[in-house]
Amino acid sequence: MKKYTYTESKDTRSGFGAGLVEAAKQDENVVALCADLIGSLKMNEFIKAFPDRFFQIGIAEANMMGIAAGLTIGGKIPFTGTFANFSTGRVYDQIRQSIAYSDKNVKIAASHAGLTLGEDGATHQILEDIGLMKMLPGMTVINPCDYNQTKAATIAVARHKGPVYLRFGRPVVPVFTPDDQDFVIGKAVMLNPGTAVTILATGHLVWEAIQAGEELEGMGVDAEIINIHTIKPLDEEAILGSIAKTGCVVTAEEHNRIGGLGDSVAQLLTKQMPVPQEYVAVNDSFGESGTPSELMHKYGLNADAIVAAVLRVLKRKQIKL
Amino acid sequence: MTKKSIHNLEAIVQQVRRDIVRMVHACQSGHPGGSLGCTELLVCLYFELMQRKEQFDPNGVGEDLFFLSNGHISPVFYSVLARAGYFPIDELATFRKLNSRLQGHPTTHEGLPGIRVASGSLGQGLSVAIGAAQAKKLNKDNRLVYVLMGDGELQEGQIWEAAMYAAHNKMDNLIAIVDYNGAQIDGATNDVLSLGDLPGKWMAFGWKVIEVRRGNDIGSVIAGLRKAQDSTAKRVPVMVLLHTEMGNGVDFMMGSHKWHGVAPNDEQLTSALNQNAETLGDYIA
Repeated sequence: MKKYTYTESKDTRSGFGAGLVEAAKQDENVVALCADLIGSLKMNEFIKAFPDRFFQIGIAEANMMGIAAGLTIGGKIPFTGTFANFSTGRVYDQIRQSIAYSDKNVKIAASHAGLTLGEDGATHQILEDIGLMKMLPGMTVINPCDYNQTKAATIAVARHKGPVYLRFGRPVVPVFTPDDQDFVIGKAVMLNPGTAVTILATGHLVWEAIQAGEELEGMGVDAEIINIHTIKPLDEEAILGSIAKTGCVVTAEEHNRIGGLGDSVAQLLTKQMPVPQEYVAVNDSFGESGTPSELMHKYGLNADAIVAAVLRVLKRKQIKL
Repeated sequence: MTKKSIHNLEAIVQQVRRDIVRMVHACQSGHPGGSLGCTELLVCLYFELMQRKEQFDPNGVGEDLFFLSNGHISPVFYSVLARAGYFPIDELATFRKLNSRLQGHPTTHEGLPGIRVASGSLGQGLSVAIGAAQAKKLNKDNRLVYVLMGDGELQEGQIWEAAMYAAHNKMDNLIAIVDYNGAQIDGATNDVLSLGDLPGKWMAFGWKVIEVRRGNDIGSVIAGLRKAQDSTAKRVPVMVLLHTEMGNGVDFMMGSHKWHGVAPNDEQLTSALNQNAETLGDYIA
């Protein structure tokens, strides 16, 4: 098992904030909008550096999505900022009509995604956003795993032409990917080659997958671990190549089992290469208040849950039909 | 405004009305009522009031922009765009048919020149227009952004989010227009969900309000919109409440919400065409 170490922990939303400043330096058309959550979205540095390119919208997310769509007419590259819940479910129709169907170059930056928002509870913990966004034709869906990757993803997203949903979070998590990484949208990142099982993880679950890989190594299980930072378009080649070798897969995500990465993988496998698959995801329920780690434990979204899922899938793999 | 230019605009209006009823009749679907009511407005905008480039530029830098928020009145929009030269008039025959660029509601998705955003789901166009107006300010482009909404559409909450934003941010390169015909699908707006003191509401939101009483009279539309243009660049957004008549120009459709989204039959089409002269040549069906 390849060793992953880290010297610091940071929140992915701060990676977004840093990436936004960098993207804005690179392209004067980058602008940002926020619905009364500047601090939460880590937009302060951007506002300080580019005050004329920032739009405070107030608590009016539907209007924000429309204004972002309009800003693209005139060549701007708008990043909208609010919590993932208010970036998707609350404004689905605005995104659908004014952004996705209208082919607008809007970047929807969504923080506080998933359970790790913590104590605020289920009203704010959206677990359906990946599903909502990936169903929109033409929408790119990205869920990076740490500070460095979120920063790199933000810069890549600004350069990409077309609507993007960029999902990140609030908790402080280990920074283990390189700070000079080249982020390629739609290209999965191999973290550890293995032969027994494929673990496909996204977002905060990537670090958990690495932890699980180490534990599995101790049990004699050689796991292949891949970081799927882009859920749409899915890196089918990387996934099929891995599964052709291992013959079974565990998907891991901070999202509802329905509609997330696991479903995207299942759809691919059903058509191309049916193999046993186990989901590490929220089992079709809402979240609740608690600390992030308490919630990740209760809802089965940590390294232990990944190990258990691997053991289940290995058992299924051995059944010869 | 000379008598001659009003006469020319009147001729375009008549032809656009013919296009509208023929398009809706041909596919037996669509929204003739609001389309007919807004014919003078769109003709005046595209043929008299707006400064626009000959070729369609999706970004629209350096020209006036128009957004149709109440996308269901697509027949009048398509006819005016075609008559203004954005695409061949014979393409009007494809309205609402399979593989057409003229979808039931306007979209950029099929690449129809003249359209800058999809509309149909109501309440979104004002926000988009504000965004485009913001982009113009950033680009130091001093042209204007126009947006048309239905009055029933004002029942959507997003409109009032946008209204607040435009005033707070002094969007004074924006002219919003409401098709104030008092009717929506289920009946009179006063019966469905009354708009109350509409001028007072927009004024209370911080907008300059201009009422145009005769929205189906070319001279009044031009005068009202010129006044709106003169009211821009004064640090407040401008609202034109345009009193129109649903179905105007076709006697049996006039003044009734029943023709909001109903197509005429063969006999009704003949009657409607008899009331509007073929001034510029019909498109080929």
